[in-house]
Amino acid sequence: MDTLVEIRNLSAGYGQNIVLRDVSLSIQQFDFIGVIGPNGGGKTTLLKALLGLIPPLAGEIVFEESMIGGNAHRIGYLPQINNIDRKFPVTVYDVVRSGLMSRKRLVGRYSSEENERAITLMDEMGIAAIRNKAIGELSGGQIQRALLCRALVNNPKLLILDEPNTYVDNRFERELYEKLKLLNEKLAILLVSHDLGTISTYVKSYACVNSSLHYHSGNEVTDELLKSYECPIQIISHGDIPHTVLHKHLS
Amino acid sequence: MESLINLFNFEFFRNAFLAAFMASITCGIIGTYIVARRIVFISGGITHASFGGIGMGYYFGFNPITGAIIFGILSALGIELFTKRADLREDSAIAMLWSLGMALGVIFIFLTPGYAPNLMSYLFGNILTVSKEDLLFLLFLSVFVIGFFLIFYRMIIFVSFDEEFALTNNAPVRLFNSLLISLVALTIVLNIRVVGIILVMSLLTIPQAIANLFTKRFDVMMGYSIVFAFLGSVTGLAFSYIYDIPSGASIIFTLVVLYGIIKTLFLIFGKANMSAVKIREESLKS
Repeated sequence: MDTLVEIRNLSAGYGQNIVLRDVSLSIQQFDFIGVIGPNGGGKTTLLKALLGLIPPLAGEIVFEESMIGGNAHRIGYLPQINNIDRKFPVTVYDVVRSGLMSRKRLVGRYSSEENERAITLMDEMGIAAIRNKAIGELSGGQIQRALLCRALVNNPKLLILDEPNTYVDNRFERELYEKLKLLNEKLAILLVSHDLGTISTYVKSYACVNSSLHYHSGNEVTDELLKSYECPIQIISHGDIPHTVLHKHLS
Repeated sequence: MESLINLFNFEFFRNAFLAAFMASITCGIIGTYIVARRIVFISGGITHASFGGIGMGYYFGFNPITGAIIFGILSALGIELFTKRADLREDSAIAMLWSLGMALGVIFIFLTPGYAPNLMSYLFGNILTVSKEDLLFLLFLSVFVIGFFLIFYRMIIFVSFDEEFALTNNAPVRLFNSLLISLVALTIVLNIRVVGIILVMSLLTIPQAIANLFTKRFDVMMGYSIVFAFLGSVTGLAFSYIYDIPSGASIIFTLVVLYGIIKTLFLIFGKANMSAVKIREESLKS
């Protein structure tokens, strides 16, 4: 299997505030990694470093050649939906096609082949019919779908999703995860989530980020395991009697 | 009505008409960008900071508009630069710049010996006194803004809608932010002659507010904004002639009234539609 991204001894943060210390992780082709961990533990910082939004303070992130070669940027990114200005006057179609901008020079137009690809994707996500609507007229789930199309339209090798299950109804959440499962046959996925219970049936491995990073292959996560990783996160098990176990932060 | 048409025999009125036309184009396009990006307050800061440049023009004896251009662009780039360095609270920084510009302007004008002619026209604008030179500046700006938005429309939307996503795609975000905020500053300063420092923000936001009632698409919104800005300024100009009131204030007042009328119509028709739907639903039930 090909290694797409290799994170080696990465430290990252903002100014004097180091959030991630000495983190290593390698992302292989067809991986489906669930990134979990407490708020403020550095999940978002890890994403930002991966996406090149903040420079590493120490260590390095090495991409496979085909990931960064030429203008084709091969990471698809789905931001948290509350990072989006929903009143911005822009159509679904334009949002989706903007995922192709990295291959454009400053002025290029979209080719008919690119337009077709965008429409096919929107069709698969069930938003082709509303493509000329402004995003302000859409529901949370529909915006999420549009943003997912934007992330996928450039045929990425790695898809990064930041808390895709917030502000989305349950039905769409299920659809989304099923969709990701299908996509995973073609690309690697890094999914940040606070909802361990739901994602556990879909992910292949876990990365628990809490200043440090612990990698766990396999999708079965037990209380004991998390405890040994010092990963204070809530586990919701979907048994006959739903119950929630909360752990205190250890340090 | 005839007397209004006869007005076109006067050069000052033809100039005013042309100024209104080009002000509508520049403010329609740039205002849509300002509203979409929610940088109305930043634009207000740039507007008032440029008064410092006008004061300097008076004191050192050069064209006040040249001074305003320098002050406007420098403060625009300053805001763009400093607010990105997270330490400073953006709104406080803008407020500081806002009042610093006004303070400098007042000081320079106070220090200038003699009476400051046309000062009121910079504060409140006077479309009837725009010069050939002003028109030429506005023409250049109109052509440039239209060209820039035609050529780079996709990149402008890309960078403005989701800056973080654009950054992850290696888009020239900083370059475009700086270019666009400079265009905002230029548009503001050149339109100061038309409606004045105190009123120019409304020409950049009210037509957009009206346009936003009809459309939620950026490109369409620019077109509608130009139309409503032109409608408002020409009607305002006519009122200013008929009732002999200051043109800048008349234009803005007309625009607000226009917004009020259209918004009310929307509310009435919106409600009518809603009740029609309700009646249909009820008849379905019964």
